[in-house]
Amino acid sequence: MLLLVSITLIALVVSLMKDRGKTVSGVRKGIKMFTNILPAMLNILILVSIFLYLVPGPVLAHWLGKESGLTGMTMAALLGSVSLIPGFIAFPMAAILLKSGIGYNIIAIFVTTLLMVGVLTLPLEAKYFGMRVAVLRNVLSFIGAILIGLLIGLIL
Amino acid sequence: MKKYITWLTESEYVVIALFGIVLLISRLLKLSFSTGISQNFWTFFVEMITFLPFMFILIGLIDVWFPREKVEKHIGHEAGIKGTVWVILLAMLQAGPLYGAFPVAHLLWKKGSSIRNIFIYIGAFATMKVPMLTFEIGFLGLKFSLLRTLFTLPVFVLIAVLLEAYLKDKEFEVRQGS
Repeated sequence: MLLLVSITLIALVVSLMKDRGKTVSGVRKGIKMFTNILPAMLNILILVSIFLYLVPGPVLAHWLGKESGLTGMTMAALLGSVSLIPGFIAFPMAAILLKSGIGYNIIAIFVTTLLMVGVLTLPLEAKYFGMRVAVLRNVLSFIGAILIGLLIGLIL
Repeated sequence: MKKYITWLTESEYVVIALFGIVLLISRLLKLSFSTGISQNFWTFFVEMITFLPFMFILIGLIDVWFPREKVEKHIGHEAGIKGTVWVILLAMLQAGPLYGAFPVAHLLWKKGSSIRNIFIYIGAFATMKVPMLTFEIGFLGLKFSLLRTLFTLPVFVLIAVLLEAYLKDKEFEVRQGS
């Protein structure tokens, strides 16, 4: 977090020195994106707050902790595949879950399937690539995501 | 008053307002669940509200300083590894959900990109967009984000290579969609 704040500040200073007008329009764009995403983000925060109150840490860690094994990973992969959550919301959510005791491997699988596999958008994807190719791409991505999760679990 | 109520019910903040009201009432009635939930909410909220503006300002600055048009000029003309690098760069400068990448895939196809590069574009778009990476680093840390990107890159390149090999002798085209 600190790293990002310092990068932003440095970028802001450099940008201001180079071009004032561009900087202003960039900051405006950023603030606009922020206000656009804020309500959705607050809604997710509310859901996560309630969820984590109802499901205590140890229970969550048992089902989705580092040692939860195949069940946890399968759950994460399926959940990530059918969800349509934008990254802007998924990452803060994942950070909270990480602090609540969920393993890095589970988070990696959830995030990667979320990003690469889209079951709900499959009909749309099929319009461009055809159903067979769309399904193939999603299945390969699903397998890849589990592989990525396993590798990250070995390191982190 | 009535004006405010209609504004609220039509806005995206209606759930948030309801949440606040329920917490307030349950606190007045001294119901135990209110403290647990509001404590959770405040911890997350404070953490996010302090960092999010910085992240979005950075994303806005990246957006104005790295215009996509400059990269787009190179697409289609360069073959091989060079073409792949340009396609990944183009994907990294995008924003938005994956289904926004499909129309671009059609454009790439029309511009003469290879099947492999089109699916590399889809993979990079899904997993390596700079605004998204900014968020990932901010919330899940540099180490996790770097590792995930490092493992994901060869995975989606391999998927693209496999798909190209499979589709080579078939009549494949990226259609216009709707």
